[in-house]
Amino acid sequence: MSICVANISKSYKNVKALQDISFNVKVGELFGIIGPDGAGKTTLFRILTTLLFADNGRATVSGWDVVSDYKNIRKSVGYMPGRFSLYQDLTVEENLQFFATIFGTTIEENYDLIKDIYVQIEPFKDRRAGKLSGGMKQKLALCCALIHKPKVLFLDEPTTGVDPVSRKEFWEMLKRLQQKNITILVSTPYMDEAALCDRIALIQDGKILEIDTPEAIVKHYPKPIYNVSANNMYKLINSLNAYQYIHSVYPFGEFVHYTDKRAEFNAVELKLYLESKNLSNIRIEKTVATIEDTFMELAK
Amino acid sequence: MSIHNVIQVEGLTKKFGDFTAVNAISFKVEKGEIFGFLGANGAGKTTAMKMLIGISIPSSGKATVAGFDVFTHAESIKKSIGYMSQKFALYDDLTVKENITFFGGIYGLSRKRIRQKSAVLIEELGLEKVANKLVGALPLGWKQKLSFSVSMIHDPKIVFLDEPTGGVDPITRRQFWEMIYKAANQGITVFVTTHYMDEAEYCDRVSIMVNGKIEALDTPKKLKEQFKVANMNDVFLKLARG
Amino acid sequence: MKRFIGFVKKEFYHIFRDRRSLFILFGMPIAQIMLFGFAITNEINNVDIAILDHSKDTNTEEIINKISASKYFSINQFIDKESDIETIFKKGKIKAVLNFEKDFSKNLIKDYKANIQIVTDATDPNTANTISNYINAILTQYNKELNNKVAFSYQIVPQTRMVYNPELKSVYMFVPGVMTIILMLVSAMMTSISIAREKELGTMEILLVSPLKPFQVIVGKVFPYIFLSIINAIVIVVLSIFIFKMPVLGSLVLLGLESVLFIITALALGILISTISATQQTAMMISLMGLMLPVILLSGFIFPISSMPLPLQVISNIIPAKWFIIIIKGIMLKGVGIQFIWKETLILVGMTIFFIGISVKKYKIRLE
Repeated sequence: MSICVANISKSYKNVKALQDISFNVKVGELFGIIGPDGAGKTTLFRILTTLLFADNGRATVSGWDVVSDYKNIRKSVGYMPGRFSLYQDLTVEENLQFFATIFGTTIEENYDLIKDIYVQIEPFKDRRAGKLSGGMKQKLALCCALIHKPKVLFLDEPTTGVDPVSRKEFWEMLKRLQQKNITILVSTPYMDEAALCDRIALIQDGKILEIDTPEAIVKHYPKPIYNVSANNMYKLINSLNAYQYIHSVYPFGEFVHYTDKRAEFNAVELKLYLESKNLSNIRIEKTVATIEDTFMELAK
Repeated sequence: MSIHNVIQVEGLTKKFGDFTAVNAISFKVEKGEIFGFLGANGAGKTTAMKMLIGISIPSSGKATVAGFDVFTHAESIKKSIGYMSQKFALYDDLTVKENITFFGGIYGLSRKRIRQKSAVLIEELGLEKVANKLVGALPLGWKQKLSFSVSMIHDPKIVFLDEPTGGVDPITRRQFWEMIYKAANQGITVFVTTHYMDEAEYCDRVSIMVNGKIEALDTPKKLKEQFKVANMNDVFLKLARG
Repeated sequence: MKRFIGFVKKEFYHIFRDRRSLFILFGMPIAQIMLFGFAITNEINNVDIAILDHSKDTNTEEIINKISASKYFSINQFIDKESDIETIFKKGKIKAVLNFEKDFSKNLIKDYKANIQIVTDATDPNTANTISNYINAILTQYNKELNNKVAFSYQIVPQTRMVYNPELKSVYMFVPGVMTIILMLVSAMMTSISIAREKELGTMEILLVSPLKPFQVIVGKVFPYIFLSIINAIVIVVLSIFIFKMPVLGSLVLLGLESVLFIITALALGILISTISATQQTAMMISLMGLMLPVILLSGFIFPISSMPLPLQVISNIIPAKWFIIIIKGIMLKGVGIQFIWKETLILVGMTIFFIGISVKKYKIRLE
């Protein structure tokens, strides 16, 4: 195992940031911690990178204990905190050079590891980090976290505030890094990114809701889900909420996702009901659950 | 101009020196519509929105917002719109009630009106128990819902939302969108700027800006059909990657 | 060692790229010295005075000529009677009147003693005091000249001897104080702000999760500021010597070593401040309120410690700046060697060790 977390809890004043968290990450695995802001993702990352003590529980990274062997962990992991912590007044190259030096290595020594990523920002190597776009800052921060060839990479919300193109490129980079046998623990508030991980842990209010592969998590969704649409979204939601057999209703883009209490769902009956509420253009069709559906069902 | 178009933009352009941030964009937004205004960072959507809310004067083109010309009646525009951003919304060190009173005061509501509005708003959001608590102590999702309601305290014709639901948990986010649907159903136009494509899926129509120009404008459904992809994220990727 | 050099290099990038701070860093000492030296001064220049001469003899004429020849006074007006004194003071231009008694020369020869009354406008007591001191000084000198010419001594006024600063040059008093403030500010405030900045940016998290040792981070942070502070100290001393013609009577080497000691004391304080502040703003507030004010008010720089109430006198002992001011005044103005200031030096060394000790103990290798 590359990362072992056993019964970790952590509280600040009156907030329970983490409650009895346990999971394991295999060597070379891309493991996602998926949850909204304030779920406890950053606290978990700080405990694993030896920056915070947990109140209870134990954790190891690469076999080292996060409390007693913190020095060894600090030598062998790469950490990218949220907000791309770079020196804004240093150029791209100077930032990379600096992080290489403090980890006792050089850019040349591990260039093959960052090459794919670095070539994309190399044309701007004399530009100050503060003047880069979000996507380029993200790439530079990743290079800096990788420059000492870490065994485990901790990426705390690496795609927050970055445009979709850069996000996509970033995940492609992570996939390539994974093939070099680096274990990656990544956190994100975007449910759609969950599908790109090998395994994920859904987390909310400091508690893990479920851990599994994205495919399995979606399969575990207990009920059939129906896409419903009509001419007026607001009236549709209100009408469905007033329907006697409703289990849940959530807007999902141009549709709402509807689940029924009963085992045998009758689409015609629902259509008639909605028509009686003066709705038109009604469409009801079966659809597949997404990670977000599962998350909401578990968090309910 | 049609009375149904609360926003009407034609050839709107903004130049900073040699750089054209917004390049002759044209679009119309109807009353009660939820309009998504998308683009990557630096595509020009913030600049365009600043012109529409009357805090930046366009270089050329025409635009009316809520019936007022952006060149000549910027102050009137400010009175008829609401604005909410994820970055700044409410004062953490004021209570829920104090925040409502403060923002009501800014928009020149009478004390009596503020009291009425405040009561309605607190009841609708179910905040009775925390009405006298500091906003900083509320969960993020509650803050955002409150912030949205406060941005509409003066019954604006249009409300501008800047990346309203990034980072919020999925359930709160749905509740937030239900609030938006409700506002739209009451005839308020909702103008959402965002670079989160999943927010775009909820809009009636979306425009996508690339390098200062509007490259696509239609319903999410038709855009997905046009580009033969499954979601708005892929529409955006296709447009941005050329 | 390579890591350390890399770190220091990065610190210098930060310093040299932040034009505004750099300007403050080097502009401030120059501006302060100039301000204190020229503007905020106890010196007087071309003060208008009036003469009431009841004798009009050779001695009074010589004295009047001497006074009008000095750059400090210009004789604006001659008056005839005592009652005019009040009238001209009321007009406000004349700051002092010299009243020679009747038969001045005669009295001097007969009794070896003659009287001059110096009437000053004490609405501004500082200036009045200074004026009377200056006139006294001129009279003393005249006295000396007279006595050189004759075998027995005449006496005109009581003698006031001003030691160490015979010309009452106020800049001599201010230079040690300004130097202390600047060194304290540059060293303590800049270091604490630069550490707090890393916390704010989040880069401190990365530095912590790296093989860098805490002392490497701390020494790496303070090293550039030792260097800058030494340059600052040199600038101040050079300015004082060349622009204000201030003498440095003691050893320059000793002055240098004592300054380095004080810089280290201040840096240790800066690190201590940074361990308790999470943002640049807090670091700055604590530095300003906690360091600058005591340095200005309680170090004896502006207000003499001996005239403070007892509790403040006791408190002033724990302010490093107080001891440093005593040390550099001793070296610069009195020309003393280490044998006279070893006690103060030892106190500073003790304080430095104490601050470093606490900082190292308080420095966190984690975030909480």
